[in-house]
Amino acid sequence: MSDADPPADLVYRTRLPVRLWHWTNALTIFIMLMTGMMIFNAHPRLYWGAYGANFDHAWLEIGNRGTHGYLTVLGVEVPTTGVLGYAMHTDEAFPPLVTLPGQYNVPVARIWHFFFAWVLVIGWLGFAGYALLSRHLWNDLLLKREELRPASLWHDIKAHARLHLPRGEAARHYNPLQKLAYLGVLLIGLPLMVLSGLTMSPAMDAAWPWLLVLFDGRQSARSVHFIVAAGLALFIVVHLAMVVLAGPFNELRSMITGWYRLPPERPTTEDRP
Amino acid sequence: MTAIVTRRSLLIGSGSLLLAGCDKLTTAPQTLDVLSLGEKASRSAQRWLVADRQALAPEFTRAEMSPVFRVNGSTNPRDAGYVAHAANGFADWRLLIDGLVATPMALTLPQLRAAPSRTQITRHDCVEGWSAIGQWTGVPLGLLLRRAGLSSNARYIVFHCADTLLGKPYYESIDLVDAFHPQTILAHSMNGAPLSIGHGAPLRLRVERQLGYKQAKYVMRIEAVASLAPLHGGKGGFWEDNHNYQWYAGI
Repeated sequence: MSDADPPADLVYRTRLPVRLWHWTNALTIFIMLMTGMMIFNAHPRLYWGAYGANFDHAWLEIGNRGTHGYLTVLGVEVPTTGVLGYAMHTDEAFPPLVTLPGQYNVPVARIWHFFFAWVLVIGWLGFAGYALLSRHLWNDLLLKREELRPASLWHDIKAHARLHLPRGEAARHYNPLQKLAYLGVLLIGLPLMVLSGLTMSPAMDAAWPWLLVLFDGRQSARSVHFIVAAGLALFIVVHLAMVVLAGPFNELRSMITGWYRLPPERPTTEDRP
Repeated sequence: MTAIVTRRSLLIGSGSLLLAGCDKLTTAPQTLDVLSLGEKASRSAQRWLVADRQALAPEFTRAEMSPVFRVNGSTNPRDAGYVAHAANGFADWRLLIDGLVATPMALTLPQLRAAPSRTQITRHDCVEGWSAIGQWTGVPLGLLLRRAGLSSNARYIVFHCADTLLGKPYYESIDLVDAFHPQTILAHSMNGAPLSIGHGAPLRLRVERQLGYKQAKYVMRIEAVASLAPLHGGKGGFWEDNHNYQWYAGI
């Protein structure tokens, strides 16, 4: 640990390209998730392999019997009335509250989805280019060698579990779990979303047949698209929870203006490895 | 009708009102005009940047076919003319090819069956998300268009169908890139048997690099045109005219 900085230390932590991408992406991913759930509502069943329709075995299904909604995953049925399958007096898989548009409308959802798909891809390419050229990827995102040691990662996991977030000088940089979460979204989550999305396009399957090899068929790609989308939704939940725990005002300011107030060090540290 | 308004129903009611307000914005024609630039960009990218224009859709083996190939859309047209054709096994049915062609043609089903054909096992992808794999046999559309002498003014091929949905005639259209694509066929057989009524008897379009709603069933007439604007709603198809579906369905 370095010497404690003055408690009221404002540091410039988040540069403009990062902030721009963050907010563009935040909007884009919400629209993609909401329109994606509407498109899913057209056929709320998922399959593995090349084909899959009503008479084939679905590994996941959201449905309803009358006013009773259910979710079936790998043969296990969970009642979900009021949340999935039947909610808000509609028998849609995902309820109107979380879909865009609110009323069943697949063509409009597709128009929105494919417009913001371009925003997502162009934003990702721009950000990836920036992260490479500015060395943001190496300086801020990739884990340092000492952070990759199991003992160090385990220490960070324990600290997170106790909600002991970094303070003082350590808060100037992302912590290891935070880096892993961001890298997961940037390098795994978003590329998988784009590639599995492209695999659902019959024209792309003709142009780039390797897409079908990569995902083992169009219906598998559709399943992967759904699973990774759920993963991104989970990331957002955890991300927002961490913002609240770390101090929402300070965190929001740093993502809007770039300036972040380092939280003062605790008087006594229990910083044993 | 009860006058009791519970807090729950009020919440749900005002929620729906809010959602309805949102939908007014999210489904407004102006909004959709701007956002459909995304799909136009996808089409341009697929046609110009990445795609070999003649790239073939994946084909499968018999072992990879769907055990059951579901039907959807119109599955049993009740229109009098079609019912009469179906009743006598399409003996009096003719496929009309006209519009911007040198020699308009009227072909019988036996003539089409005797014509050179292509058989392909391909994946049918519905815009809803499901897929089914089946085997299709039919006449390449390009062959018929060449035989009819397609005019150099023609830009689109329109398929007029026997069925009506919600009181409106079904039709679809494709551009010449897809019309002359080797896998674009007018299928008269499916899985080795004559096309069933559910799947579009006696003749349906297969345009394998696009979604299901482009695969027009019950095709009666093929028209070559310079523009889609004068036809029906002007957007080139039933779903395009009436329900905001995009004309290009490659994605």
